[in-house]
Amino acid sequence: MAEHRWSRRGFIRAAGTAAAASALPLSVVEMAFADPARNFRIAYISDAHIQHIRGTQFVRNWDRGLIRAVAECNLLTPAPDFVVFGGDLAQLGTKEELDHGAEMLSALKYKTYHVMGEHDYYLDLGEYWSELFGPHWHSFDHKGVHFVILNSVLTYDDWTHNRWPSAQQRMLEMAGLDNPNGSPFMVGEKQREWLRKDLAAVDKSTPVVVFSHSPIQKIYKGWNFWTEDADEVQALLKPFRKPTVVYGHVHQIQYNQIGNIAFQAVMATAWPWPYPETYAQAEPDFPPITVPMNRANPFFERDATGWQGIDVEAGRVTLNYRLFNNTDRTIGFDPAKKRPVDRDFPDKDKRIPPQDHF
Amino acid sequence: MRGNSIRWLLAAGVLACAAAVGADQALAPAPLGLPALRVPADNPQTPEKIALGKKLFEDKRFSSTGEVACANCHMAEKAFTDGPLKVSEGINKLTGTRNAPTVINSAYMRSMFWDGRSPTLEDQALHPFVNPVEMGLKDHEPILRIVRSDPEYTRAFGRVFDKSGNKITMTEVTKAIAAFERTIISGNSPFDRYYFGHDAKALTPAQIRGLDLFVNKARCVSCHVIEQTQALFTDNRFHNVGVGINDIQDDAPALATEFLRAKATLSEVDVKVLSDKRTSELGRLAVTRSLEDIGSFKTPTLRNVAVTAPYMHDGSKATLRDVIVHYNNGGVTNEGDRVNDFLSSGIRPLNLTEDEIDDLVAFMEALTSPEFADLPKATEGGAGNG
Repeated sequence: MAEHRWSRRGFIRAAGTAAAASALPLSVVEMAFADPARNFRIAYISDAHIQHIRGTQFVRNWDRGLIRAVAECNLLTPAPDFVVFGGDLAQLGTKEELDHGAEMLSALKYKTYHVMGEHDYYLDLGEYWSELFGPHWHSFDHKGVHFVILNSVLTYDDWTHNRWPSAQQRMLEMAGLDNPNGSPFMVGEKQREWLRKDLAAVDKSTPVVVFSHSPIQKIYKGWNFWTEDADEVQALLKPFRKPTVVYGHVHQIQYNQIGNIAFQAVMATAWPWPYPETYAQAEPDFPPITVPMNRANPFFERDATGWQGIDVEAGRVTLNYRLFNNTDRTIGFDPAKKRPVDRDFPDKDKRIPPQDHF
Repeated sequence: MRGNSIRWLLAAGVLACAAAVGADQALAPAPLGLPALRVPADNPQTPEKIALGKKLFEDKRFSSTGEVACANCHMAEKAFTDGPLKVSEGINKLTGTRNAPTVINSAYMRSMFWDGRSPTLEDQALHPFVNPVEMGLKDHEPILRIVRSDPEYTRAFGRVFDKSGNKITMTEVTKAIAAFERTIISGNSPFDRYYFGHDAKALTPAQIRGLDLFVNKARCVSCHVIEQTQALFTDNRFHNVGVGINDIQDDAPALATEFLRAKATLSEVDVKVLSDKRTSELGRLAVTRSLEDIGSFKTPTLRNVAVTAPYMHDGSKATLRDVIVHYNNGGVTNEGDRVNDFLSSGIRPLNLTEDEIDDLVAFMEALTSPEFADLPKATEGGAGNG
């Protein structure tokens, strides 16, 4: 990737820094304020899906993706203030997977916050994850920004507690796609009440950034690109001037604007997802969220995974998607259109057509 | 026998260029298995230019000690390499950091040097003259002094470029060298006769099994490309395959950061990567300044690979078997070694059996062109040991 792309956009200023950041399969969030001394950067790694095979064996591909993300994160100059891991560290929520993932993440030189993913949760309802990484949801303030970490992968109590003969089966059912036995993600009443109280103490002009695993919007239910009580959570964010939700789970570029709330997804280090066919065949009745990526090159296991640098300037965000062995993308907020637009491929006729087959 | 090989090669070169005259860039039909060679419009091939280029290529006066020519490291009798040296020797026996790649078929490459820091043969030829561990000149002036005054050169440059005196510059010098290098192409290996020539007997059963492994289980073909009508055995891309970078793993982050902060110019990069082994192992990062390229090097062609040992950018693998074992282990020399954090995601363990590794070696020995078939193979102790 060419350095000028970054310098042109002012995302990362120094040339050396641009190069250092240019290959990171993780998200870099730079918060920009009128007072430059208060600007800072966050790195974001997500969806590693560490998968245990047997004994000391784990799926190599997923390991390598996370190892690479961590190694490159450590090379970021200037250093990020902290790192967020966006959930689904494990594949089936086992101690082996969470321990192995935590060990790889322990190489990070920075403080790391964790978001709960459904693959971390549904074996023991987040008990071991919590031992390793702390509370399922909480908030903190950093240099004038209010950060909220949600567990958005909860679901109905009846489904969680009464449906399945074993914890393992519960985990497998929730991990399935287009699974008629599945259940929609939600933040839930208890956590929403906590969030309401938490946000009540925050000035409405304070930037609010929410980290969740699921999108806090309703995109595609069959794959749980979905949060059942998204409307209620959005209502809590609506009073703020410029709230932002950053989420994982979807393993692809997504961006959306609902009212004043900006949404953006981060890439996975494990594998890419396209939209499900069923979704692609139906015309969505909300703004288009993404342009399909070129099909991943099967030779490069890391292709179509990646990272995005995020500028937050004047409370609005620009995502600089860096995609391994693929074409870089930049999606930023267009004040005139009042929604994020793709800077390089804004119009359909300027897009690189996705490859349907080899 | 080597003398015969060289004579054969040069004859072929002259023939090829003779056929090319008037053919408007595209040369005569290429040897079996190679595509038609494209020649830059501003540097057409002529027999006299090629002869001049050969003379320049072999002239040792273009070095600070008067002992090193291009041909020192790219010896025709060693398939245009300097095996068994791991890394090349320049003036005063100074060593660089990288194994001399063969000139054979470099005319087809889209970038030059192991890290691709030069775009063309013409540009590439400029740099070794002034690299302190290669030919050691401070600048190109000593070369120009010779070619502007030596009667043989003044005559040749006059005939080829219609130029004399100060009108002769490094542009003409490097054009002539590149024209000579464009004659060093070779195909028509047993593989070519089998695959493109449909001669079922051209390969042994082991080699045929090796070809199947090459394009399927061993995944070699993903980078060492074979196409429907020709095969250059390279994707012209750069990959971190776990060679070199594996030796500096703990230092790589600091080295990369330090290098990027230094903001070296390309000519400084040329000096730095050949004089400092640890910087060298950062690979193409030194050129693109992208961490995507940390520890990555150009995919070399595999044509004539059996006679161009040792292998890899640092010459660290003595035999083809050693190379395959490294790939079979998923980018580490010894099974269980730490995989480098930046390994290309195309490199992963292959689960090849010992017999399959033998078959792959046999197949690669079928990539030798007839004009180099008399050179000793790596399995016989390496090129240059004969």
